[in-house]
Amino acid sequence: MRRLLLALPLGWLLLLVLAPVLILLWIALATVGDSVPPFDPPLAWQGGAPVWQGSGESLLILIEDDFYLRALLRSVTVALVSASLALLLAYPMALGIAETRPRWRPALLLLVMLPIWTGLLPRLGAWIGLLRDGGWVNHWLLELGLAQQPARLLYTDMALYAGMVHSYLPFAVLPLAVALMRRDRLVEAAAADLGAAPGRVFLTVTLPLSVPAAAASFLLVFIPAAGEFVVPELLGPPDDPLLGRVIWSEFFQNRDWPLAAALSLALLAVLLVPIRLFQRLGAAR
Amino acid sequence: MSRWLLALGLAFLWLPILLLGAYAFSADRIPFQWGGFSLRWFAALAGNERVIEASLLSLRVAAGAASLAVLLGGLTGWVLARWGRFRGRALFGIMAGAPLVLPEVVTGLSLLLLFVVIQGAAEAWAGWRLDRGAGTIVLAHATLGLAYVAVLVQARLARLDPRLQDAAADLGAGPGTVFRTVTLPQILPTLAVGWLLAFTLSLDDVVVASFVSGPAGTTLPILIFSSLRMGLTPEVNALGVVILGASMLTAGVLACFIRRKPPPLG
Repeated sequence: MRRLLLALPLGWLLLLVLAPVLILLWIALATVGDSVPPFDPPLAWQGGAPVWQGSGESLLILIEDDFYLRALLRSVTVALVSASLALLLAYPMALGIAETRPRWRPALLLLVMLPIWTGLLPRLGAWIGLLRDGGWVNHWLLELGLAQQPARLLYTDMALYAGMVHSYLPFAVLPLAVALMRRDRLVEAAAADLGAAPGRVFLTVTLPLSVPAAAASFLLVFIPAAGEFVVPELLGPPDDPLLGRVIWSEFFQNRDWPLAAALSLALLAVLLVPIRLFQRLGAAR
Repeated sequence: MSRWLLALGLAFLWLPILLLGAYAFSADRIPFQWGGFSLRWFAALAGNERVIEASLLSLRVAAGAASLAVLLGGLTGWVLARWGRFRGRALFGIMAGAPLVLPEVVTGLSLLLLFVVIQGAAEAWAGWRLDRGAGTIVLAHATLGLAYVAVLVQARLARLDPRLQDAAADLGAGPGTVFRTVTLPQILPTLAVGWLLAFTLSLDDVVVASFVSGPAGTTLPILIFSSLRMGLTPEVNALGVVILGASMLTAGVLACFIRRKPPPLG
């Protein structure tokens, strides 16, 4: 009975988590074909014997063609900037929550977390309505005389980062808020007793002690942002080569499944270190 | 200072949502422009068959995926919290956590490739023609939800007092009775939260569903996404508000559920 209760989730995870990743490796070695599905597997049976017909071309092209290297670099840049912006805003927000009276904290945390619950697409729709050429922001810019003609806001880097930070900010606030609420205030009191001014207490005591939580916040944004598809597709510059978008278009538009698989492996390789780091942080707490 | 930035951050989070809510009731054809109060876009929504069909499909998929996720994620969390060491535990833990950190496009693509391989094998060996659609989306979303439920259940079980179960066992209860009368009531709120979380995740997913669905699997998020690609329409604005309202309602129900939870023992 006990074994059966293990077999169910174990079998599910082997089939729907491990096997797909292994198949990804396998298909990355396949070649594009005219068949349905549109690839020829690396190994074929011909006359009762296996024949190798795979190639490492899809993996090689990632290194040979600058386009894919640039996409990789751009994805990492966008993820770094998004995570930094989110951290920069999340830190004071978390500190603000930790500084309010305990009875208000659950309500404030709920206000921060609720937007996640409300779904990503309506929120991105709202940003489109705000930022498009004749949109709400432009309307008020013109009305208040801050601009002579509508500024291009939607489909720019600014819109991309607004959407990224808006999508992931709650995730960045939560670990910091928890860490800052639980912190030992006696350490800060001791520093103050020894003559440190409030600014110095913050910089030499509070801030260094919160570094693990800040790192967790940063990674909670960086990891999903590196492969993000929906936000750049709806708000970012058109044809901005980000890995998530390139994988999508290689798969859906170019129907080059082996290349899409190879790109997925590249994205996983990039994320391996941040993911390990994040799990270490989780285990240390 | 941090209070002002907290207020600023909350404004940044909520202003777009509140404006979306307000302008859904505007009669104007142009989104985010006030043309007097009107419910016309909600009426248009109620008469839009594609939206209704996609909504019903999404609700069915989300309910199925969430139920599977609670069952499998509950078992996974229990194994991780209570089994101690066993051979393959490290791999089991990595697999259970992987959906949380894998990029959506990678999850979507790899699951699609799995389904294609299975379809091919079923046709070659058994002559079965399997289709991709709602069923494959349920399997994919259940796997995502499983990972979240497992984390919640594992954390909850780790905080339970094991002596309660020992006491029940000492008093002669078999493992099944201990589970039914002691463990299950204690983790029931967690399972409810997990179900709603998995349900919401499923209702919000565009990427994985796009990869694994067949032509018949147009869920509500896929429909909204393809519309938003062209820009925002008043009808989608109204739809967004319906989704906001429904999710706030479930969040409220959830908050009540958690508050009713008895204080932790021990």
